[in-house]
Amino acid sequence: MRVTDIAAFVGEYPYRELTHTSADWLIRQMDRVGIERAWVGYLPTLLHRDPAAGNARLHEEIAGYPGRLAAVPVVHPGLPRWEQDLNAAIEAGAPAVRVYPSYHALDPSGPEMRVLAAATAAAGLPVVLTVRIEDSRQRHPLDVGTDLPASSVRNLVRSDSELRLLVTHADRPFVEEVHFGLTPRESERVLWDFSWIWGPPENHLALLLTTVGIERFTLGTGMPLRIPDSAMAKLDLLDIADSERGRLLGGNLETWSAS
Amino acid sequence: MLIDVHAHFLTESSGRSDWRTLNSARFEAGARIGITVHVASILGSWGARSPVYFPSPDDVDRANDALIELMRAHREIRGYCLVNPNFIEHAMSEIARRIDQGMIGIKLAASRRADDFLLDPIARLAGQRRVPILHHVWHHRRRDWPGQEASDAMELALLAERHPETRFILAHLGGGGDWAHSLRVVRETPNIWIDLSGSGIDVDMLERALDVLGASRLLWGSDITMDTAWGKLRYLEVSGASAAELDLIRFGNARQIFPEGAF
Repeated sequence: MRVTDIAAFVGEYPYRELTHTSADWLIRQMDRVGIERAWVGYLPTLLHRDPAAGNARLHEEIAGYPGRLAAVPVVHPGLPRWEQDLNAAIEAGAPAVRVYPSYHALDPSGPEMRVLAAATAAAGLPVVLTVRIEDSRQRHPLDVGTDLPASSVRNLVRSDSELRLLVTHADRPFVEEVHFGLTPRESERVLWDFSWIWGPPENHLALLLTTVGIERFTLGTGMPLRIPDSAMAKLDLLDIADSERGRLLGGNLETWSAS
Repeated sequence: MLIDVHAHFLTESSGRSDWRTLNSARFEAGARIGITVHVASILGSWGARSPVYFPSPDDVDRANDALIELMRAHREIRGYCLVNPNFIEHAMSEIARRIDQGMIGIKLAASRRADDFLLDPIARLAGQRRVPILHHVWHHRRRDWPGQEASDAMELALLAERHPETRFILAHLGGGGDWAHSLRVVRETPNIWIDLSGSGIDVDMLERALDVLGASRLLWGSDITMDTAWGKLRYLEVSGASAAELDLIRFGNARQIFPEGAF
């Protein structure tokens, strides 16, 4: 099992000056907290009209760490010939693709997203959906990208029986609304990162590991927007065996990816 | 030593049947993190009988009574006296009474804007009794939010500037809103310290806080997410802060701004 972060980024963030944006910094943090591999997005593509150039830049930015950093390109299903970007991702060996319907001004479970869902499902490629990049309370006044609605995750899962979704930065109510709004077979196709779920004293994460199931969660830090230490602290505050910790840090992802 | 300057407890009047579980969870997590002292408040009835941020005088009394009981039962708890400034006579008498009973600070949540002159007697009394005021803040509040009359750093700074002898703690830098706005404000207001609590864990928030204010103005706290608080402490330990600076954040600054002998 390799400890894997499915929600890391490189690059500048459009709405505030980040203190660290490089792959080198990301690698240093991963080494520090024990993360072996990261699935990496490129933050500037969040607002680019066409993600293709940003996707190419992402590959350049992380090229120095082929065994550690895997590019997760963006696909914008509202653009003409978006299939070419999806094909490029597949040919590059991407473990998943990212899509930001709120920032692409797309209905998050509308026709464009459903076509993307079908295409990625046919290709066997998971889709990374981000519930929120930043806490809505701190966003720039011109950052009008809304949080992903939980209903869109349910609708997308139901739209194609082979679609698999990695949903990052969801909190307890979001996870519960989706999980208990799907059949058990449908829920198996969703994997959640646990970094935005509260630890003690509310202990939302401990609860969800019991009610939703430990197999449904994996690591996604949000670096370099967010520190990785909080996700690790959440695990250290759980009463779980080392084997269960291993599942949360990468074992579940490997099992889910192979299924 | 590790002092959590922003903790909360619940009581049987808090409207939650799991209140004991939550209190126990705070102690258990605190032990694992290494927290030596929880400086806590109880926000009235937590909405059960009056709003969380607009507690009735009755609920203020009960909450402070309950906190005194907790302080007596647990040596690691210290207390902030909660008040609602809209009931100013009650607030003033409550502060005097609770400090006499051993509380070491005042908690102002979001019942009245921080720059309102109604708060002046409270700020003056805090200065006279040498107890800090922990003030709930919504960073760069651009509008009113439901359920609270939140203040931002600029509004707290106006109060602090009128009372330079009083020490203020700007609550939860990671607690929501544009934290960069608060750092910019507080830099020029030396009698305001910032607590790092809240669910927000932005890398640049921590690094900028250190750069802009320096370790001598930062306090460690958890509020209602102890996991993020521990994460921030761990990050600070490797972010270039010296051992002396870390000690200031962990406990040194708290020792300076709370009454002598509080810890």
